[in-house]
Amino acid sequence: MNLRFLKDPVPDKDFKVPSGCGVVGIMNQKRKTFSGELIMKSIALMRERGNGLGGGFAAYGIYPEFREYYAFHMLYDGDHKRKETEDFLKKRFEIVESEPIPTRRVKEIEERHLLWRYFLTPKAEATITFETEEDFIVDTVMFINAHINGAFVMSSGKNMGIFKGVGFPEDIGRFYRLDEYKGYIWLAHNRFPTNTVGWWGGAHPFGILDWAVVHNGEISSYGTNRRFLESFGYRCTLYTDTEVVAYLVDLFMRKLEYDHRTTAKILSAPLWQEIERMSSKKKELYTALRTVYGGALLNGPFAIIVANTEMMMGLNDRVKLRPLVAARKGDFLYIASEESGIRVVCPQPEEVWAPRAGEPVIGELVKEPEIQKIY
Amino acid sequence: MAKRRPPADFVVERDDYKCIRCLACVRTCSYGANFYDERANRVFTENLKCVGCHFCEAICPTEAILVRHNPLATRENAHWTSEAVTDIMKQAETGGVLLTSMGNDKPHFTYFDRMVLNASQVTNPSIDPLREPMEIRTYLGRKPLALELENIEGGIALKTRIAPQLKLEVPIMFSAMSYGSISLNASKSLARGAQMMGTYFNTGEGGLHKDLKEFGENMIVQCASGRFGVNVDYLNAGAAVEIKIGQGAKPGIGGHLPGEKVTEPISETRMIPVGTDAISPAPHHDIYSIEDLRQLIYAIKEATRYEKPVGVKIAAVHNVAPIASGIVRAGADFVVIDGIRGGTGATPKVTRDNVGIPIELAVAVVDQRLRDEGIRHLASIVVAGGIKRSSDVVKAIALGADAVYIGTAALVALGCHLCQKCYMGKCNWGIATQDPKLVRRLNPEIGARRVANLLRAWALEIKEILGGMGINAIESLRGNRDVLRGVGLHEHELELLGIKPAGEAW
Repeated sequence: MNLRFLKDPVPDKDFKVPSGCGVVGIMNQKRKTFSGELIMKSIALMRERGNGLGGGFAAYGIYPEFREYYAFHMLYDGDHKRKETEDFLKKRFEIVESEPIPTRRVKEIEERHLLWRYFLTPKAEATITFETEEDFIVDTVMFINAHINGAFVMSSGKNMGIFKGVGFPEDIGRFYRLDEYKGYIWLAHNRFPTNTVGWWGGAHPFGILDWAVVHNGEISSYGTNRRFLESFGYRCTLYTDTEVVAYLVDLFMRKLEYDHRTTAKILSAPLWQEIERMSSKKKELYTALRTVYGGALLNGPFAIIVANTEMMMGLNDRVKLRPLVAARKGDFLYIASEESGIRVVCPQPEEVWAPRAGEPVIGELVKEPEIQKIY
Repeated sequence: MAKRRPPADFVVERDDYKCIRCLACVRTCSYGANFYDERANRVFTENLKCVGCHFCEAICPTEAILVRHNPLATRENAHWTSEAVTDIMKQAETGGVLLTSMGNDKPHFTYFDRMVLNASQVTNPSIDPLREPMEIRTYLGRKPLALELENIEGGIALKTRIAPQLKLEVPIMFSAMSYGSISLNASKSLARGAQMMGTYFNTGEGGLHKDLKEFGENMIVQCASGRFGVNVDYLNAGAAVEIKIGQGAKPGIGGHLPGEKVTEPISETRMIPVGTDAISPAPHHDIYSIEDLRQLIYAIKEATRYEKPVGVKIAAVHNVAPIASGIVRAGADFVVIDGIRGGTGATPKVTRDNVGIPIELAVAVVDQRLRDEGIRHLASIVVAGGIKRSSDVVKAIALGADAVYIGTAALVALGCHLCQKCYMGKCNWGIATQDPKLVRRLNPEIGARRVANLLRAWALEIKEILGGMGINAIESLRGNRDVLRGVGLHEHELELLGIKPAGEAW
């Protein structure tokens, strides 16, 4: 069935949302945690890149005491939606912890949703029909987002969470009390949507499992990517182009177990003329990747930062139509839309560079004590 | 009884003041329409013999000739059109099936013209194809759903072996036109044009003339129900093999080559006697069901050592989506769908004008069906039937095609004026004829340049449109129905096409 023809699945959400935005990602490669204040300061400086219609954060390493459990961050339209969703969740999970996400009153933020979080562990009998536990989680998230109108899963990974809403990101950050969390990877996003009303679920980051994606740009190949993903069982339910990035990364890196670089080279494929110049083995590989995964090529302007509990990756489109700058200092890797966003939190980086079109910036956690080179 | 004859379709007007009596029009008209009256020292035309090919008009050195439609061939009548009346008159005379050529000429089947494309504004930049890379290379053939990779020293290597693929530098190929239906010079023009542009031409079902062997790398050989000239060397002569089940211009019936066109060299390549009609059987007599098709596909794969993609061509009919699905499951590496506007060298008029469905709907439902069944990657889809401009190519690919075939458009590039008389074998332009005097009129070198020019021009236009959408590789257009909007289409038609009406945002 073509989902685009579902009648009114989620009113005011069924838009592909082109937006120009600011993104930033900060990672400590030795897994040392730091407060969310740092990234709030960085994204606040790039205020010009948003218009107050969306801001959000992803944080990794924030729930060490619950690291064994899936942390679900939820948006509800009301308490009755929470009850309906919990009935569904109880069939599939043991609910270890259930509580409102702590917030503070911020005059700039007009709260519209009930925000809730759960720590969950799947019931064995519920996962039987799935190949992996992760597939079961993906199915759960897709079911809630597609079929429970008024409930939305913001994030569903372990030891991580996504906090987002309508407003400028620094206000959203204060609203969610992010200064009180400590994580080792943080992503932030400042949104400038161009054609949709503010909906909290439409803000970035987007996440599935422990993936989170922030994105500046428009995926012009959305229609192709969505249909490519459908052949692997992914259902795009949010009608936002960023969603496909999260699913593509999940497909290649989790399900097919490709490394970062190969994944980056599928999403942002080298030009044929570059492939022609490669050595024969490499040429064979890249020709096959483009031939078979043409539907996964992300076309159009984009700068994305994607993270999971083990790594963070920045990637530009194949002709670099959106800005992206990276920097390093000590154990820290910074990726941001603007160099100013880095320098405000790290005035003297050891290295600053503008990644080339289609060349990923990859930061992996260092396996103590040996230190891996970032490339 | 006064003669009941059909009126002339065309009137040839001649400006006697301009006519210098060079008699070029008299000598060249293969239909014998023009004649010279020595006593009057004037050139006349027997209008009934004129087919409207405009050859005399084109060669007249003083522009004295004007070929016009005969406006009042019959009395105006919205129901009893001139065509209907004329057809009845012809059949009353002959008692036979009316033959015609080229594609359906009726106005009511074109969905391409009722779809519009998108472009970038503000939120994403359009890309300038003059200054930025713009890629339209396409690979046709069976692909795995996913690739297995392995770690090797110094990187990653491919573990999965990929089935043979056709590499197209432009996503447009020349569709099957047999040597026989068209002249050797026309075949050579297409072959060389395909070679120049890095794409493919198709031999059609007429076997292979020895002069075309050198173009093997850019050739698809066809195996149709007549099996003319099919042997193991023929199957291995090209880059791919296409099994022809049906054709858009005549779904449900086999190929027709009137005996007038079966000359000595044709008889040699087809292996049939000179002057006999070559009427291919309606079905393949070894394919009475889908499992038989599978056997033929694999027989050909065995004969070509699994080194060449094997495709299957069908006409777009009501049940096209399940049929295509069966073909993919039977092992075809590409499926060619030929719509109701597809051309031909000879077909019963009643079939051409009434049987089959428009290609736009066919490709949309086939692509969706294969995706729903999770087998879209197993075969490429090639679309044919009335593709007449580059925007049709873009729209076909957005609906789900991998590439398109053009036939008529290529012949028009060679000089065809669509007079629809290919079946008579008297083509004044040297295309659909085997008369050596007429064939000489088509220079294959110039012809090759003209068809290559056409592909080059369309490629440039496709790149312009892609750039305007902010896309720089054609794979991001494939199946991307978001870039299409319908104008003046019914809701259910929009649903079948998988597109939204113009005015609706994402």
